Amino acid sequence: MRRGRLLGIYTIVYLVFLFAPIALLPIFAFNDAAIIAFPLAGFSTRWFERLWTTPALHQALQNSLFIATVTAVLATLLGTCAARAASMARFPGKRAALGFIMLPIALPEIVIAVALLIVIRQVFDLPLTNWSVIAAHTLICVPFSIAILNGAFAALDPSLEEAAMDLGESRWSAFRLVTLPLVMPGIVSSLLICFIISMDDFVLAQFLTGANPTLPVYIYSLTRFVDSLPLIMALGTILVTLSLTLLVIAEWFRRRGAARAGLKTSGGLL
Amino acid sequence: MGILDASPRVRAAALTAPPFLYTLLLLAFPLGAVILISFMTQQGVALDTTFTTANYQRIATEPIFGALIGRSLLVASLVTLVTVVLAYPVAYYVSFHVRPERKALWLFIITIPFWTSYLIRVFLWRIILGFNGVVNTALVSLGIVDEPLTFILYNLNSVIITLAHAYAVFAILPIYVALEKIDRSLLEAAQDLGENRLTTFLRVTLPLSIPGVVGALLIVFIPVIGDYVTPELMGGPGGRVAANMIQIQFLQLNNWPLGAALALVVMMVVGLVAALFGLVFFRWLRRRA
Repeated sequence: MRRGRLLGIYTIVYLVFLFAPIALLPIFAFNDAAIIAFPLAGFSTRWFERLWTTPALHQALQNSLFIATVTAVLATLLGTCAARAASMARFPGKRAALGFIMLPIALPEIVIAVALLIVIRQVFDLPLTNWSVIAAHTLICVPFSIAILNGAFAALDPSLEEAAMDLGESRWSAFRLVTLPLVMPGIVSSLLICFIISMDDFVLAQFLTGANPTLPVYIYSLTRFVDSLPLIMALGTILVTLSLTLLVIAEWFRRRGAARAGLKTSGGLL
Repeated sequence: MGILDASPRVRAAALTAPPFLYTLLLLAFPLGAVILISFMTQQGVALDTTFTTANYQRIATEPIFGALIGRSLLVASLVTLVTVVLAYPVAYYVSFHVRPERKALWLFIITIPFWTSYLIRVFLWRIILGFNGVVNTALVSLGIVDEPLTFILYNLNSVIITLAHAYAVFAILPIYVALEKIDRSLLEAAQDLGENRLTTFLRVTLPLSIPGVVGALLIVFIPVIGDYVTPELMGGPGGRVAANMIQIQFLQLNNWPLGAALALVVMMVVGLVAALFGLVFFRWLRRRA
């Protein structure tokens, strides 16, 4: 298996390439120097302390948390509708309609950003607020939500809901009491992934953010000041830790949902 | 009679309606507005709504626009090629050499970097490739080079490295899916018929995985051509691409009609490239059949 071993070594090198940037984050975040370079100067938590005492950052974080939470809920609601419909009876134009809903991930983000900016400012002459960012984030999150939930709904046995209805439940309560608990892991997974996408997005937020920037837009504005680079490292460490935690929880829920539906898990979240 | 008692077809259609209408309202309608505004002109702070092709004429005649679009195509093509070529062996390894029960874990690990802030990752590449960056300080202190390398930051190389990193997952997953679909008994049959490992790969595995490779090429090319963050932060003074110009027209120069026209031209170029590519692929499929 010499070829397999060579490939294995290549794959490990590739994984190092994938993870190297992230691995550097905590190293410089805890480094006691204003300049980001080797050799390291010693351990310090002062950059985290400075984050704690920067009010503009707290405002940006609050905005981002609000936007990400509302986006996650809206996108998952819409995604649940589409994924549920996908598992149900055919109707004329169904494939085209569902394909159209997935379109936002096939377009460059800048095109979506520009299009929404024109509609909000030129067509309707509305101000840019957190809600314009939420509208855009929901648009790009729905396809991800559908991709996650499709598995959950497709694996569902429709006779379960029918049985509940035969036993006297209404259609809605059959859905609520039987189907919803079964797809709940998928829903939680979708909520978390949409939250992460919204928290991390920069392009849509840069075009559509109002007077109060989101966290990535704020981070971008920091880059003009060389001495704030360690701050970005500290902030990045927190953000990446948050993303990774949510991601692991999301993956755990997705697998639990798949196991509940009697599916063999295959592949990651995409 | 409520919607809950309607036939399954009607209920399925009713459930599709909310996400469909949302996409229609927030994507199709806004794209229509982009097309409309691209035929108007900016007069100071006001918008002149008379129909005109002036923006498109400017894009066609002023050399800067052609140069930027050409640069966009060059960067996106190089990034796509590098990303897919580097990703193929990884997808192959996971599909053919990882035990089935471990595959899900491997794919999960590969997708992890994708879920961390894109902006932060771009910054980290600046730090890694910078004049006093990780690569240079390591090379100098190990005595491999006498002074820091300058060809790895603020030019095309750094843009390609950063984007190949950012879009790695987009390339690995479609290729992996295509490789997983290959019937393993075909490979045994090829070897029984006297092919060695290399020729089996070249004559069986690689051709069968081409649909995944084509998918990967498109799925990397499209977002990369719209990316302005990496060219701006990593490309240096001459590193700007068409997407940067679109961003500048909208957020700095306030000439939205021109920005809209440029965005549409770039989209049309992408569509053209994708169509050409699809045609070549289709021809290739037919020749094989």
